Amino acid sequence: MKILVCISHVPDTTSKINFTENGTKFDTTGVQFIIGPYDDYALARAIELKEAIPGTLVTVINIGPAETESTIRKALAIGADDAIRVNADPTDSFFVASQIAEHAKGYDLILMGRESIDYNGGVVHAMVGELLGIPSLSPVMKLEIDGSKVKMEREIEGGHENVEANLPLVAGCQEPIAEWKIPNMRGIMSARTKPLKVVEPKAVDKTVVVQKFELPPAKGAIRMISADNVAELVTLLKTEAKVL
Amino acid sequence: MSVLVFVEVGEGKIRKTSLEAVAYANALEAGEVVAVALGSIEAAELSSVGKYGATKVLHVTDARLDKPVIQVYASVLTKAMQDENADILVLANSSLGTPVAAKVAIKTNASFVSNVVDVPNTANGFVVKRSIYTGKAFSFVELKNQKKVLALKKNAAEAKEISGAITVTPYAISLNEADFNTTTTAIEKATGDILLPEAEIVVSGGRGLKGPEHWGILEDLAKALHAGTGCSKPVSDLGWRPHHEHVGQTGVKVAPQLYIAVGISGAIQHLAGVNSSKVIVVINKDADAPFFKAADYGIVGDAFDILPKLTAAVKASH
Ligand SMILES: Cc1cc2nc3c(=O)[nH]c(=O)nc-3n(C[C@H](O)[C@H](O)[C@H](O)COP(=O)(O)OP(=O)(O)OC[C@H]3O[C@@H](n4cnc5c(N)ncnc54)[C@H](O)[C@@H]3O)c2cc1C
Ligand SMILES: Nc1ncnc2c1ncn2[C@@H]1O[C@H](COP(=O)(O)O)[C@@H](O)[C@H]1O
Repeated sequence: MKILVCISHVPDTTSKINFTENGTKFDTTGVQFIIGPYDDYALARAIELKEAIPGTLVTVINIGPAETESTIRKALAIGADDAIRVNADPTDSFFVASQIAEHAKGYDLILMGRESIDYNGGVVHAMVGELLGIPSLSPVMKLEIDGSKVKMEREIEGGHENVEANLPLVAGCQEPIAEWKIPNMRGIMSARTKPLKVVEPKAVDKTVVVQKFELPPAKGAIRMISADNVAELVTLLKTEAKVL
Repeated sequence: MSVLVFVEVGEGKIRKTSLEAVAYANALEAGEVVAVALGSIEAAELSSVGKYGATKVLHVTDARLDKPVIQVYASVLTKAMQDENADILVLANSSLGTPVAAKVAIKTNASFVSNVVDVPNTANGFVVKRSIYTGKAFSFVELKNQKKVLALKKNAAEAKEISGAITVTPYAISLNEADFNTTTTAIEKATGDILLPEAEIVVSGGRGLKGPEHWGILEDLAKALHAGTGCSKPVSDLGWRPHHEHVGQTGVKVAPQLYIAVGISGAIQHLAGVNSSKVIVVINKDADAPFFKAADYGIVGDAFDILPKLTAAVKASH
C-alpha cells in the first residue's frame, strides 16, 4: 500500500503571534516551527499501518519554502520513507490542495490533519478529495483498513459516526487515531539520507488574496471576587457583563 | 440574482448557526436569500428561516439525505446555485458544512473562505475577516472570483428576528448514485445535551476536579445555567469525559457569551479554544494559575466549595 501524508510546517502551539511590515507579514522572531499537531496524528497512523501491512510505503509532502525542510526531515526521522517538497509559499487552501492533488495520484491512502493550526481552514482534505474524485472524511478519530475498505470513526457535533468507504480515499485525522511518535536516534540518522525531492509548483489561478493581518484587542483587567461572596459573581454577570 | 444559504438540520431543528448564516446572507444585500434544506424536517420549522431574512426555502425530501453524505450534499448545492442563479453560497462551519462548502467551491470555480467572523467589506472588492492561528489573530482576505463560498464561524452575524414572508418549495433533483461514496453505518450522539459549539454558556472542568465522580457538581451548575459542559484535554484523555467535550487547540473551539473554567490551569492550548468567548470566569485554587490572565472575572478558591455555592446563587437569582 502507498500512503501519502500531508504535513504543514506551523508555529509551535505555545507561540505568541505577531506581524511586521504594517500587519502584512508573519513575524518569525523567536517562533519554533513544528509538524502540525493534527498532521502528526496522521503521520503516526501512517507509520502504524506501515508496521502492520508489509510492503507499505509512506511518503510525506509539504508545500513550503526551503525553511520547511527541517520539519520534513523530522517526519522522515519518525519513519516516513521519502518526501516531496513543493517549492512555494502555501498561500491558500485551494493552492495547497491543487499542489497535493498533483502528486497524490497512485496513492491508496492520503492522510492529513483535520486542520492546519496557522490557517485553520479545515478544508484541504475535502478539496484534495474533490480534485481527485475520491471520498474524503474529516475529522477521523479511528481508521482501520479491511481489504479495499476503510472503516472509520468520524467526530460530528456532539458525538461521532461510524463510516466506511473504499480506497483510495483522503482522511483528515485527529486524536485518538494514534499516539504521537517521537523520533529515535536511529531514525534521526537515517532521515538525513532518505530521499527528499524538491519540485516546482503547478500554476494555479489565485482565487483569494490575503490583504493584511490583525491581532485581537487586548483583554481588559480581571475583576476578582472573594470566595466568601460567590453571589456577587452572579450579580456582576447579570448587571455588568450582561451575559446571564 | 440570489444568495444561497445551506441550513443544517439537527434533531429535527434548524441549527442556530445556520440561522446566523441566513442573517449573514441577508446582511450581504446581494439579492434574494434562498435557503436550502436537505432531508426530513417539518415544514413549520423550515419556514422559521423566513424570520431571519430568507424569502424562499428549497427542500429536498429524499430520505437518503437524512444521513449526510458530504459528496451528495455538495452536488445538490452546486445544482441549486445554478438553478437559483446564485453567485454566493453561505453556510455555517461544521463537520458537514465546511467540507461541503470546499467541494462546492471547486465545482463552481468559486473563491472560498472558511472561519469567517464578520460581514464583508465591499467598498473595494469583496473582503472578509477570518480567524487564523487558532483564534490568536485575524486576516483580511479578498475573494477574487465572481462566485464566492463563505463558511462562517459562530457569531459572524447575529440571528436577529425580522419579519418576512417565505415560501417553502419542494426541490426535485435526481441524486447521482456515484456521489454516495461513503456509508454511515452508525451514529452516536449525546441527545438532549446542549451542543458545545453552539452553546451560549459553557461550564468546563479540568484536572482540578480530581476525577469523573466529581462531575456532578459541575453538571449541577451547567443545568442551572442551561449551559453546555466542556473539559480540558487531559480530562478527556483520561476518559473522565467524552472526547467531544474536549475544548482547545486540538479540540472543540467554543464561542459562547460566557465561559466558566473550573480547575483548569489555562495552558495556551486550552485558551486557543476559548479565546472567542465574550466573558470568561475562572475558578481555581491557585491564585497564580495562568488562566486568570485571560479572564474577566476570577475566584480563587476550592472548586468543591465554590461550585455548590455558585449553583445555589444562580438558582436564587432566577
Ligand atoms: C500540541 C498540544 C495540544 C494541546 N491541546 C490541548 C487542548 O486542545 N485543550 C487542552 O485543554 N489542553 C491541551 N493541551 C494540554 C495543555 O498543555 C495542558 O496540559 C492542559 O490544558 C492542562 O489541563 P488542566 O488545566 O485540566 O490540568 P492541570 O494543568 O493539571 O491544571 C489543573 C488546575 O486545577 C487547579 N486545581 C487543582 N485542584 C483544585 C481545586 N480543588 N479547586 C480549584 N482548582 C483546583 C490547579 O491549580 C491547576 O491550575 C495540549 C498540549 C499540547 C502539547
Ligand atoms: N503547506 C502544506 N503542505 C502540506 N500539507 C498541508 C499544508 N497545509 C495544510 N496541509 C494539510 O492539510 C490539512 C488541513 O489544512 P487546512 O485546510 O489548512 O486546515 C493539514 O492538517 C495538513 O495535513
